[in-house]
Amino acid sequence: MTQTDLSWVRTEMAQAMPAPAGERGLVAWVRKNLFASVGDTILTLLGLLLVAMILPSIINWAFVQAQWTGPDRTVCATVAQGGIQPDGWSGACWAFVNAKFGQFMFGRYPLEERWRPILVAVLFVALLAPLLIPRAPHKGLNAVLFFLALPIVAFILLVGGMFGLPHVETPLWGGLLVTLTLSFVGIVVSLPLGILLALGRRSKMPVVKMICIVFIETIRGIPLITVLFMASVMLPLFLPAGVTFDKFLRALIGVSLFAAAYMAEVVRGGLQAIPKGQYEGADSLGLSYWQKMYFIVLPQALKLVIPGIVNTFIGMFKDTSLVYIISMFDLLAIVRQNFSDASWASPQTPASGLIFAAAVFWLFCFGMSRYSMFMERRLDTGHKR
Amino acid sequence: MASQEVLREEPTRGSLINDPRVRSIFIQVVAALALVLCIWWIVGNTIDNLQRLHIASGFAFLKGRAGFDIADSAIAYSSDNTYGRAILVGLINTAIVALAGIVTATIIGFMVGIGRLSNNWLIRKICTVYVEVFRNIPPLLVIFFWYFGVLSVLPLPRDSIGLPFGSFLNSRGFYFPRAVWGEGSWLIFLALVLAIAMSWFVARKARQRQMATGQQFPVFWTSVALIVGLPLLAYIVSGFPLTFDLPKKSTFNLTGGFQVKPEFLSLYLALSFYTAAFIAEIVRAGVRGVSHGQTEAAGALGLRSGPILRLVVVPQAMRIVIPPLTSQYLNLTKNSSLAIAIGYPDLTAIAGTVLNQTGQAIEPVLIMMAVYLGLSLLTSAIMNVVNAKMALVER
Repeated sequence: MTQTDLSWVRTEMAQAMPAPAGERGLVAWVRKNLFASVGDTILTLLGLLLVAMILPSIINWAFVQAQWTGPDRTVCATVAQGGIQPDGWSGACWAFVNAKFGQFMFGRYPLEERWRPILVAVLFVALLAPLLIPRAPHKGLNAVLFFLALPIVAFILLVGGMFGLPHVETPLWGGLLVTLTLSFVGIVVSLPLGILLALGRRSKMPVVKMICIVFIETIRGIPLITVLFMASVMLPLFLPAGVTFDKFLRALIGVSLFAAAYMAEVVRGGLQAIPKGQYEGADSLGLSYWQKMYFIVLPQALKLVIPGIVNTFIGMFKDTSLVYIISMFDLLAIVRQNFSDASWASPQTPASGLIFAAAVFWLFCFGMSRYSMFMERRLDTGHKR
Repeated sequence: MASQEVLREEPTRGSLINDPRVRSIFIQVVAALALVLCIWWIVGNTIDNLQRLHIASGFAFLKGRAGFDIADSAIAYSSDNTYGRAILVGLINTAIVALAGIVTATIIGFMVGIGRLSNNWLIRKICTVYVEVFRNIPPLLVIFFWYFGVLSVLPLPRDSIGLPFGSFLNSRGFYFPRAVWGEGSWLIFLALVLAIAMSWFVARKARQRQMATGQQFPVFWTSVALIVGLPLLAYIVSGFPLTFDLPKKSTFNLTGGFQVKPEFLSLYLALSFYTAAFIAEIVRAGVRGVSHGQTEAAGALGLRSGPILRLVVVPQAMRIVIPPLTSQYLNLTKNSSLAIAIGYPDLTAIAGTVLNQTGQAIEPVLIMMAVYLGLSLLTSAIMNVVNAKMALVER
């Protein structure tokens, strides 16, 4: 056999060539992603039409024609409506938001005492930020400060009546202050309560199990408004004569119990997803029930259901807007209330105020959902298939 | 043997405290006692309070004269009717808005959800923006937006915006032609029922034949022909009994036609748009939950993309989609109680009025709870049937 019988084998790698011109660059991207087929082209054109119809008018309304500052309604009304704008004018009335900003944030909280909620907000951010950044040190201390010390300090600062701080009644609270307080307390209370309810529902003790099931299913079956109704009209009837509750506190109890029932179902999903071997392994190590749950089961179960937990938080944050029904003034309610302010009433005011409120709610909810996605990726230990 | 006997004996415990069975019984007895005591205390307090405030109790108030008007009522109602009838009106209104919302939200949700999986970049982005915007704002805000931001700034009735098919839109709502069923129109309904029954029968037979022989039958087009054709035939045979009452512009108002009030419209639109964002995410997760191997295997069998979607992907995706879809339907029904914020007379709003008028706090809230629980159970029962039909049949 001679060498010539062998087929020719290349000794060095072929030079990598750039992709053909039709497969790279903007043109190829456009062809692949926008005009791949006839149907695709029609869809793209329809989509472009939709964007062309909506986007310019939104930009025009929200920015170009918008009025940013002004003393009263005249800047946001046309001549026919008693204002200064030409007929046919239509634009956002950010001047209204600007003028009412303090109310939207704090409600009727006394002007000279507003440094107190601001201080609480600063403390809140200062403690929350390192808690959310995974690399920041002293997580344990931080968590204790955030979940135990902050509520006490915030209570003293916001309610007052001690240490020389004047008492501020809760009916004066309003705006974003109420929204955030309700949701923070709701979150802090509903998670542990929900975990306990979920454990109770999976307990082997029939009485405990029944109590938990009845509670969870009843609350989940009725709207939050009904729960708030109960908290505001029925609770006073349930208590001995003369014992009264702060309305704010009643709403807090209603919201927390409501969220806890949903949380319980989310956590139960996580508990069920943990393989039986983990429970049995913990038992065979001689761990007690609480040790088993605390060290083995819950860390794995809660990690699995982070998206569900955050979804419940987001749902609760949005649901705090319902306290409007029992005439408390959260952000949305105070925006709504200001529509009827005669010095600002104009056809553009409601939409402007509502879009401002929507933007605030959206920022918080979107932030929460993005952070949960980030945590999910970080905590992913690669056990997934 | 002897050693096994020894093993089977209960190990002796130091004390009763460490015996799990004793502990469990003890905890349960304490829990039950605490619950009973709590209920006893609450009931006692309530009875005291009711007596002190001279509030009647019991459901006798349902027979009393209501004395308030309801703006939007599907059944005949006046302020002389009873509280019971008022609550019934509210219940029907809740059911109407929930049902209409569920249908619309499902349609929008499926379209947007599939749009988010499209190969088309623009469509994908538009759908993503829709979902991210509506998922992250409170439903109450969406309702307010439609009510105060859009519908109440529409022109007055005399400069109504004309829409196709003789319908009008103005600040008092949406007007469209009302169908007036004349003599002999029962024949059309009969034909429709007959057509539905026949197409069900055809579908059944076609399926049996396909199972036995493998031959297919164009069930879809046959059903369309039946359901459209038969009523049309009946319409012609019975002498065109259907006429339309068109809304007409007069100097200050629109007369005639069917008016949909802005309260209903904003609640319905808000609930549909809000829930659709969640349904879209569920649909997306469902379709993505079907493994790619299924699509590839179907392709390897020679199916084209249409049949792959219809016969392989969608039936499997539906299994993942239906349970969370059910809970979204329940959420929509519960969220319809937000009607109270804009004055649409749904169950919560009317029960709230009854509560204020009679002063009886407990009974209206109990009725509300019972109705919503009932609606929830009904919806989940229906969806469970659907789910059972869709579920994987294993040997």
